Amino acid sequence: MPLLKTENLGITFGGLKALSDVHVEINEHELVGLIGPNGAGKTTFFNLITGVYTPTEGKIIFDGKLMNGKKNYQFNNIGIARTFQNIRLFKGLTVIENVKTAFHSSMKYSPFSGILKLPSYWKEEKLIHEKAIELLRVFSLENLINENASNLPYGQQRKLEIARALATNPKLLLLDEPAAGMNPSETSELMETIDIIRKRFNITILLIEHDMNLVMGICEKIFVLDYGMIIAKGVPEKIKSNPKVIAAYLGE
Amino acid sequence: MKNNFKYTAFIVLLLLVTYFVFVFLISSKTINNYYQGILMLIMINVMLAVSLNLVTGFLGQLTLGHAGFMAIGAYVSALFTKVSELPDILSFVIALILAGIAAAAAGIIIGIPALRLKGDYIAILTLSAGEIIRGLIIYFDEYTGGSRGMKMIPAYSNFSNVFWIMIITIFVIYSIIHSRHGRAVIAIREDEIAAESVGINIVNYKLFAFCISAFFAGVAGALFAHYNTLLDPNNFDYNYSIEMLIMVVFGGMGSLTGSIVAALGLTALPQILSDFSNYRMLLYSILLIIIMLFKPSGLFGTHEFSIMAIGGLFKGKKSKTKKRGDL
Repeated sequence: MPLLKTENLGITFGGLKALSDVHVEINEHELVGLIGPNGAGKTTFFNLITGVYTPTEGKIIFDGKLMNGKKNYQFNNIGIARTFQNIRLFKGLTVIENVKTAFHSSMKYSPFSGILKLPSYWKEEKLIHEKAIELLRVFSLENLINENASNLPYGQQRKLEIARALATNPKLLLLDEPAAGMNPSETSELMETIDIIRKRFNITILLIEHDMNLVMGICEKIFVLDYGMIIAKGVPEKIKSNPKVIAAYLGE
Repeated sequence: MKNNFKYTAFIVLLLLVTYFVFVFLISSKTINNYYQGILMLIMINVMLAVSLNLVTGFLGQLTLGHAGFMAIGAYVSALFTKVSELPDILSFVIALILAGIAAAAAGIIIGIPALRLKGDYIAILTLSAGEIIRGLIIYFDEYTGGSRGMKMIPAYSNFSNVFWIMIITIFVIYSIIHSRHGRAVIAIREDEIAAESVGINIVNYKLFAFCISAFFAGVAGALFAHYNTLLDPNNFDYNYSIEMLIMVVFGGMGSLTGSIVAALGLTALPQILSDFSNYRMLLYSILLIIIMLFKPSGLFGTHEFSIMAIGGLFKGKKSKTKKRGDL
């Protein structure tokens, strides 16, 4: 059974068909790339499968559950975490607070024990503190935990955003242009990081990317979107030589 | 974390000392009735500013109806204690709780439509909600006395109970901010979309913050009613809401200690300056303009003033303020 399956998925904004007839299947532990020219509907697709938009047609099935009509935060609670194209950190908070905030749903204590600082509060807060540091260590951010998120350099902000997404303990991680604005050495470092987190956290990853080296280098499967439709899917080698893809990217 | 126990013990000690110093000063008549009145007003304003800061500073929603919640608390509690035949203390405690619950309920009722709005629109909605509450109080003059005011409220508030209730208010709001629920509230202020993407139910937490904030405004209103023994609906007009907002902005949105200091300063200042009554509003506004020009984020910004940091100052450390979240 695929982890994420969309059937006939589509959305229209007013008269504009942003996405139509999208069939996608992503299996567990896969690393999948989603590519396409600007305005093809990649981020719209992400917004649909994270509940930001409600699809006007079709179905989203995640882990065997029909997700249509669920709210944004429910998508996350069920196991889909994401990063954003323009980084969206909690800028005024420190690095560790960013991550701790994301542990919210995995913590159980009630407002009451939070106010009275009952043992369950101390126990869970301590556990989360350790877990957050452990997670930040994976991204070599453990020395910056008390730094304001907005003070981090760009590359580390990206990493922190991924760390924050992972803190919600997702089954599927969506990365929206993780390499945007990075130089080649940062990009290759990012490729390693993605590989590490996938193995270490044992999760499925779907990423949108324009950097072809990154996509072709690490993805096992690629979907190509153009004008809101999937025009090709398959392994990287096949995608590279697919005439439709070449036409979409280079023009005929 | 190790110093935590020491730190808590120190704070408790400091509070006890402050409390007994004031009790001594009041009982020895060093602080006369006039100054005691200012003191009570300061403490009530601290409660209001701190509770308003939860919504304005930490949740990031500009609200202008806090005096309305206070009014609900004041009238509900006064109506109860006037008819209640229970022993004084019991009747007062129940009145305080009722005041809080009534105000919190109003907070939820106003919070639900406010959730759909952003920024300035929330300000307008809450401003009008506050005025509606005042209008209703005037309209139901059979029970509330209307514009003539409500008289003969038993004077249950005194320095001791107001002081400790103020401390409880500060403690509860401080604790909420440092719990997972508070982090969720702050995340909404920082970025709503990102907050939802990490699984935070925005609707619930906005209502949560509105509700807690209104609760303590209601309690503060009840204390006010039983201190003043006379309630006039015009006490709770939008000017008062704006005054509270000024305290929060002045102290720093997102800084509880900032709210406390600002409430203290801005309540005491006009009283101290009463000899220069012609100029005091001028001075007040100049002070505000200066703060907004040179420190737009308020006295403390989002930082908390910490006694530990002053201790650190003597040891030669640099930081004067403590970042939220440090233990």
